[in-house]
Amino acid sequence: MLAHGFGCDQHMWRLLVPLLEHDFTVVLFDHVGAGRSDLSAWSHERYSTLDGYTDDVLEICRELALGPVTFVGHSVSAMMGVLAAAREPEAFAGLVLLAPSPCFIDDPAVGYRGGFSAEDIDELLESLDANYLGWSGTMAPVIMGNPERPELGEELTNSFCRTDPDIARVFARVTFLSDNREDLAEVTVPTLVAQCSVDAIAPPEVGAFVRDRIPGSRLVTLNATGHCPQLAAPEETAAAITDFVEAVR
Amino acid sequence: MGESGDSESGDHRPPGRRPEKPSGRDPGADHAAFSALLEDSAEDLYEHAPCGYLSTLLDGTIAKINTTLLDWLGYDHGDLVGRRTFSDLLTVGGRLYHETHFGPLLRMQGEVSGIALELKATDGSRLPVLVTSTVKTGGDGQPLLIRTTVFDARDRRAYETELLRARQEAELEREELKRLNATLQQTLLPPTLVNVPGLDVAAHYHVASTDMVGGDFYDLFPLSAGTWGLFLGDVCGKGAAAAAVTSLARYTLRAAAVYDPDPAAVLGNLNTVLNHEYNGHDPRFCTVVFGLLTPEGGRGGFRITLASGGHPPALLLRADGSADHLHTPGGQLIGVLPDAHIATATVHLAAGDTLLLHTDGLTEARPDRARDADRYGDDALLDFARALAPTTASAAVAAIRDLLDTFGTGVDDDTAVIAINVPRPTSEEQP
Repeated sequence: MLAHGFGCDQHMWRLLVPLLEHDFTVVLFDHVGAGRSDLSAWSHERYSTLDGYTDDVLEICRELALGPVTFVGHSVSAMMGVLAAAREPEAFAGLVLLAPSPCFIDDPAVGYRGGFSAEDIDELLESLDANYLGWSGTMAPVIMGNPERPELGEELTNSFCRTDPDIARVFARVTFLSDNREDLAEVTVPTLVAQCSVDAIAPPEVGAFVRDRIPGSRLVTLNATGHCPQLAAPEETAAAITDFVEAVR
Repeated sequence: MGESGDSESGDHRPPGRRPEKPSGRDPGADHAAFSALLEDSAEDLYEHAPCGYLSTLLDGTIAKINTTLLDWLGYDHGDLVGRRTFSDLLTVGGRLYHETHFGPLLRMQGEVSGIALELKATDGSRLPVLVTSTVKTGGDGQPLLIRTTVFDARDRRAYETELLRARQEAELEREELKRLNATLQQTLLPPTLVNVPGLDVAAHYHVASTDMVGGDFYDLFPLSAGTWGLFLGDVCGKGAAAAAVTSLARYTLRAAAVYDPDPAAVLGNLNTVLNHEYNGHDPRFCTVVFGLLTPEGGRGGFRITLASGGHPPALLLRADGSADHLHTPGGQLIGVLPDAHIATATVHLAAGDTLLLHTDGLTEARPDRARDADRYGDDALLDFARALAPTTASAAVAAIRDLLDTFGTGVDDDTAVIAINVPRPTSEEQP
């Protein structure tokens, strides 16, 4: 099961899926509020913490009766995997945390470096607002209204990173203001932490921090740079996932 | 002669447009002069173009950058090329946006245009820019590098900030309007229904749009000698003007009922008031059903006399499980004619019987909006009531609420429902 992070939707996995689907059954989904999800299902209360998203992940597992899955969570979704596996370990064969960060904001009191200050996050919200004009309310029905017509996907790639600004703002806050450092120790399923060699969003020591806190987890540093190894280096990312799944089988 | 003409036209005409050819002029010389101008400018245009250019490797490392952009930011060539990434030039917020939105979009589409970002200059100032990037691919389609143009967007951004501020202000005002509408709506309805001894009552008001006040109303109130007045109506139209009529109708009905509780007389009074008030210009009318509830000591239960002016028929859900319309045929719209005909009907409400009044928002709803389906209609509602009977006031209103929920956005008008029921004696109550 591949879970996309903040910013875009399941198209983020586009280059990875062909490399995995030969060996695995791949489950893709859009988080509620992103991509072509049903926007009317989004509510401020449910989605202003990671718990709402975590509930959704577990619901998908139950609804599709998947049995134990390997959950690959990118960026903020890595923490949804952590929370979900802590709550229902029996639903997961393993976790792959791709470019994860349990806390983006520095915590100098305990010497933790997440890479950002609270002001930086405000600046991101401004950036979202500045590109807000690119969103138009009329686009929502086009994006959301045709889930049964995948042929529209081509035309929609242009809009796949555009989200309702109100929803994007709430998701940005959840993503960058959540602190899940304490939850890492609750994970009992086999876990692979895969970080990029240079990542403007998650500094290298964050990967090591996650590995140290999750009992028995393994850390690999991909040659890929940036925050999206599934786009920058799909082969390398797929190989890391495949090796991990084979090792825990 | 020919040469001086050439240089003059070269100064004043845009390059690339051939000057008109006067007699005696040498077209070959013209062409050579322009070619020289263009060849000379190829590198110069790149370096000193009125926009920033930069090329980056796929990992973001800056491979080439023009003088314009270096000057804007205060860097030297050697500071950046091969040493820094494009993302390093952005503010932190912009970098997050770049990583989470811009980069993935660029990979997906091969180009991204008109993204608003801010660059950091060496002196600490910030330069608002609009950025467009394209991916240059090799012959085999593999991406090689990213070409980016950067436009100074200070003025434009100021304008956009103004637009954004205006939009945010408009959103705040819309919220305020919603609050005002909700408040106004509440003042047109009783805050809670009064407790009528020997009756179970329930009501529901469904708001179709939070942008407009609807025109539906109802009330239940005591009259003299142990009797009770009940009304439910629908003013044509929406918004503040309709709300004013609703308010007038509501107070007129209550005052008229005190003066003479006969239901036909009450509606007659309302008709006269509306007809006088709004006659001539801006006619306003409504449909209303007014009921007088009289407890029947000996028999038990209530005698109910209903008068209707153009309103959809009430539904009577009997204790024996049957249900039917309580017709009041021929009643005319209230407020249109100086002498509207008002129809009345009288019915006995015994233990276990329920009377349900509703406005046409319910029957005019389109249950399946996606397929532009037919309206719900009186017959479907009657079938629904038959399936429901016997029932209680609160159960009937809850069932209608659920029904409205299943219609979703297919309910395009406000809907009011009120139900009254004579409870069965406790010993007879269903488990």
